[in-house]
Amino acid sequence: MRKTLENLGRVTLDTVKKLGRANLFLLHVLSGTLAILLRFRLLTAQMYSVGVLSILLIAVSGLFVGMVLGLQGFNVLSDFGAEESLGVMVAASLVRELGPVVTALLFAGRAGSALTAEIGLMKATEQLSGMEMMAVDPVKRVITPRFLAGVLSMPLLASLFSMVGVMGGFFVGVGLLGVDEGAFWTQMRSHLDFEDDIINGVIKSLVFGVVVTWIAVFEGHDAIPTSEGVSRATTRSVVYSAFAVLGWDFVLTALMFGED
Amino acid sequence: MPSDRDILVSVRNLSFSRGNRVIFDGVDMDFRRGKVTAIMGPSGTGKTTLLRLIGGQLRPTRGTAHVDGVNVHALSLSELYELRKRMGMLFQSGALLTDLDVYENVAFPLREHTRLPESMIRILVLMKLEAVGLRGARDLMPSELSGGMARRAALARAIVLDPMMVMYDEPFTGQDPISMGVLVKLIRELNDALGLTSIVVSHDVHETAAIADYIYLISNGKVVGQGVPDELMKSSSPWVRQFMEGQPDGPVHFHFPAADYGRDLLGNGA
Repeated sequence: MRKTLENLGRVTLDTVKKLGRANLFLLHVLSGTLAILLRFRLLTAQMYSVGVLSILLIAVSGLFVGMVLGLQGFNVLSDFGAEESLGVMVAASLVRELGPVVTALLFAGRAGSALTAEIGLMKATEQLSGMEMMAVDPVKRVITPRFLAGVLSMPLLASLFSMVGVMGGFFVGVGLLGVDEGAFWTQMRSHLDFEDDIINGVIKSLVFGVVVTWIAVFEGHDAIPTSEGVSRATTRSVVYSAFAVLGWDFVLTALMFGED
Repeated sequence: MPSDRDILVSVRNLSFSRGNRVIFDGVDMDFRRGKVTAIMGPSGTGKTTLLRLIGGQLRPTRGTAHVDGVNVHALSLSELYELRKRMGMLFQSGALLTDLDVYENVAFPLREHTRLPESMIRILVLMKLEAVGLRGARDLMPSELSGGMARRAALARAIVLDPMMVMYDEPFTGQDPISMGVLVKLIRELNDALGLTSIVVSHDVHETAAIADYIYLISNGKVVGQGVPDELMKSSSPWVRQFMEGQPDGPVHFHFPAADYGRDLLGNGA
């Protein structure tokens, strides 16, 4: 019994300490923002490796998700004779939920894990320490551009995901299942609201961008500098990101769409 | 604070612990300007930790480290970074940035700390690369370098801002005889040609003794011997003799402390 309490206390203390470290770390990362914006090339290089290289994964996944939505939506809607509303259903699901959430989960798996591993290995091979001794703050020089790149890439990738997804739904619904093309688009346009749906979706993906990239860079920087430590940090990065994205999605959805 | 202008780095009554483990217990050391001073001792005695304490990456639990007359641990972070621009450090792994080629690695401190035109950066980088014999390897990535070349590239980077001192962390470990010879020669020649002060942490007795002007031997958190290499070679202390001559047994026992062998074999050791 006493042992259990001791363990519980230790785990709680460790968690609180880690959260504290993560918050201080985020402040440190953000303090380098201005310097990185002035050295734009550092940011674009990271946007390439974090964002551009994720495009194929995001686009292909978006296409398939949209196609599945088209199929499933058609099955349900046609029972009620409402298959003309397929366009709204596909677009609303993507823009409000699946676009931001699935993009964030895929991003955590592809770019987040790579960030954690890269930073963890830089720590393990003394590259970060070496920078410190060269009087260069490794957090501002290495982490800040990666963090900003992740935060900026996420809404762009989520938008791409939703766009390609709508096209996927269109191919299946209109191309294969014979939904009226005009109804597909006009219903979508009349029922989707720019502010309520699209902007809220973008806000969601911005929040996910912060959360996922923050977890990824922090886990890398906080990793025990051995091969085992880096591998564990990479796993943690993906797992925590998934939990955080799904948890925050509930909170944000409740705040944004709760009153309807 | 030492009054002697001749001393660049001075460590006084320095203690450092990690958890319950005492790494240093009241260490005093002086490093003279223009000299190569070696810190030697068995693996795991915290030699690297000492360099990190001098470089301000770690804080001592007690005592001070002065570099060029200033107490490293009393500085603000920005003052510390200013001081570090005048201190070069060569890490055991080289610590080259793996996403940059050799040229860009050497240019890195210049790009971060100066606003020199590209043509000037090029000249400075090529001069330093020439000094370590790697001018022809400027386009290679760190992954394409041998261990010895990586260390030489890192050395070029460490001296590119023309520091007052360079700290070498185990520069000879894991090197083949030729690379070892090259590094030994480079450390001594760069020290004399550039008017540096060098601190070499190592446990390679012969290589270090060949270039060091003065040697400190540390073990179990204390300085157990010091002097010029010849003095230490002739030392009467059995520990110093064992270390300098590399004898397998002596005051540092071959056997890790254990229960009686006979009883252990019969199953009563525990």
